[in-house]
Amino acid sequence: MYDAGKIITGIIIFLVLMTSPFWLNIASGKGSYKPEIKIATEEKQCVADTDYMKAAHMDLIYEWRDQVVRNEKRIYTSSNGKTYNMSLTKTCMNCHSNKSEFCDRCHSYVGVTPYCWDCHVEPKEVVQ
Amino acid sequence: MNIFLSLIAVLVLILIAWVGAGAANLQFIFGMIMPIIGLMLFLGGIVYRVIKWARAPVPFHIPTSCGQQKSLTWMQSSKLDNPSSSLGVIGRMLLEVLFFRSLFRNTKMELKNGPKLVYGSAKYLWLGALAFHWSFLIIVIRHFRFFTEPIPFFVNFMSSLDGFFQIGVPVLYLTDALIVGGLTYLFFRRVVIPQLRYISLFSDYFILFNILAIVITGILMRYFTKVDLILVKQLTLGFFSFNPVIPEGIGSIFYIHLFLVSALLTYFPASKLVHMAGVFLSPTRNLANNSRMKRHINPWNYPVKVHTYEEYEDEFRDLMKGAGLPLEKE
Ligand code: HEC
Ligand code: HEC
Ligand code: HEC
Ligand code: HEM
Repeated sequence: MYDAGKIITGIIIFLVLMTSPFWLNIASGKGSYKPEIKIATEEKQCVADTDYMKAAHMDLIYEWRDQVVRNEKRIYTSSNGKTYNMSLTKTCMNCHSNKSEFCDRCHSYVGVTPYCWDCHVEPKEVVQ
Repeated sequence: MNIFLSLIAVLVLILIAWVGAGAANLQFIFGMIMPIIGLMLFLGGIVYRVIKWARAPVPFHIPTSCGQQKSLTWMQSSKLDNPSSSLGVIGRMLLEVLFFRSLFRNTKMELKNGPKLVYGSAKYLWLGALAFHWSFLIIVIRHFRFFTEPIPFFVNFMSSLDGFFQIGVPVLYLTDALIVGGLTYLFFRRVVIPQLRYISLFSDYFILFNILAIVITGILMRYFTKVDLILVKQLTLGFFSFNPVIPEGIGSIFYIHLFLVSALLTYFPASKLVHMAGVFLSPTRNLANNSRMKRHINPWNYPVKVHTYEEYEDEFRDLMKGAGLPLEKE
């Protein structure tokens, strides 16, 4: 092999970079970490199906926003006939008043930071 | 023809994953086994190819010179386009790898107004390639939000930069739009230009379609048919920390995305895509143009068996003398 020093250095850099997720997870020891979310309300049911909420709640609130801001409709009727006021802070955050233990836990796990709170007021939380 | 065959090949891959992970419940195979096989073949294959290249001798000193070579002190030399030092070579390589400088120089030859040959610059390939490759890199780095816990800080920074315009929810990533645009251009380039269509092979289209299918399934997952990312991240974290788990309830589209990635990884070292590693080993780029200062020894020079005239004379002296031929040594 010619230029063995350079080639082997290159190969090692390549392998370390490509397998870095393994080493980072082993180093942090959080390979089986899973966010624990707390439901702060007495209610049993969210505004829609739980499975749907888990994967697509951002679509739902965006739909709500459009309805309110563009169509002036404020009432949402869920599939089981209940009606809700379509509001991020007054409805979602009323039941899920523990933002830091609910929304934020999930979001920091997958690295999303919704920009909604630039304008909308976060619920005040009791520091425990 | 090649276009349709490769399209069918990619559709077959999608179908395999769809049926396999969806109907036949083989999530473990498509979520764990295929990716680990793909990753190992990818890493092993690249190392194998690089070592094989490194064993090949470079008999001639062949850097391409794209500017004035270093010569007399009062002549300005082009330090990056015709480097004479290692530093210059590193600079040239960086420009090549990061900004595709040689594509920037791409020209187009045309016959205009009868027999008039015109050379013009052709920057579209450079632009398309740059859009595609950079988007790809940024997307892969952004994907680290699924691969590690905690997420490295620059990943979140990159995601927020990528979603800078905050269009829609989930926020539209600019790279998603750019990579689709780039790939579409790269595909149509092959279809529209007759010379290019003539030289395009099955594998050229296959790679384009495969990557396009990965991108489309990813975009579908993010913006249209949602998947539960909390479950996805459990799967990937399990994968990347050697304790496999397959959470219940991830949609088949995720397994299709992952299977296409596994296929890409597997095919990578065997295809033209190894140019990712190969660009670093191309002697036309990674040598300094210093052939007038340093002698390049051909590593191939093995001892050749020669028979000199002196030896010849020694061997046949008597016969030559007998025939009356002139001799150098009596
Ligand atoms: C009436 C009270 C109530 C309102 C209003 C409400 N939720 Fe919920 N939400 C719940 C309850 C209760 C659950 C737990 C359901 C379960 O465990 O099956 C839940 C579950 C969820 C989950 C899934 C959590 C998980 O992984 O188990 C998400 C995401 C969510 N809600 C988001 C929202 C958003 C966004 C809004 C506003 C559009 C909202 N919720 C409005 C009561 C509410
Ligand atoms: C630039 C500031 C701003 C940002 C950022 C913003 N909103 Fe709003 N939002 C508003 C304003 C102003 C209204 C109108 C309030 C009204 O008429 O009741 C509104 C209304 C809404 C409503 C319906 C009314 C209500 O009481 O909630 C929803 C739902 C909503 N926004 C969701 C979101 C979501 C989700 C995000 C993040 C993706 C977001 N907003 C980001 C300014 C903003
Ligand atoms: C079960 C975990 C979970 C919970 C609980 C949760 N989210 Fe999310 N949320 C997610 C995931 C995962 C995404 C990212 C989706 C993606 O990147 O495709 C997301 C994305 C969003 C987005 C779009 C952000 C963007 O910039 O793309 C908004 C807005 C949002 N969530 C609002 C909320 C609000 C408000 C709450 C609390 C009431 C909440 N979510 C609770 C998991 C959760
Ligand atoms: C060649 C490598 C890959 C490419 C080019 C690619 C491409 C993409 C693209 C373009 C998206 C759209 C959203 C975005 O840009 O973030 C996406 C989403 C996604 N990809 Fe990939 N991907 C690759 C590998 C992987 C791997 C290895 C996994 C998981 C094991 C994965 C899981 C996902 C998931 C879960 C989404 C949905 C993201 C969301 O909903 O926000 N991808 N992919």
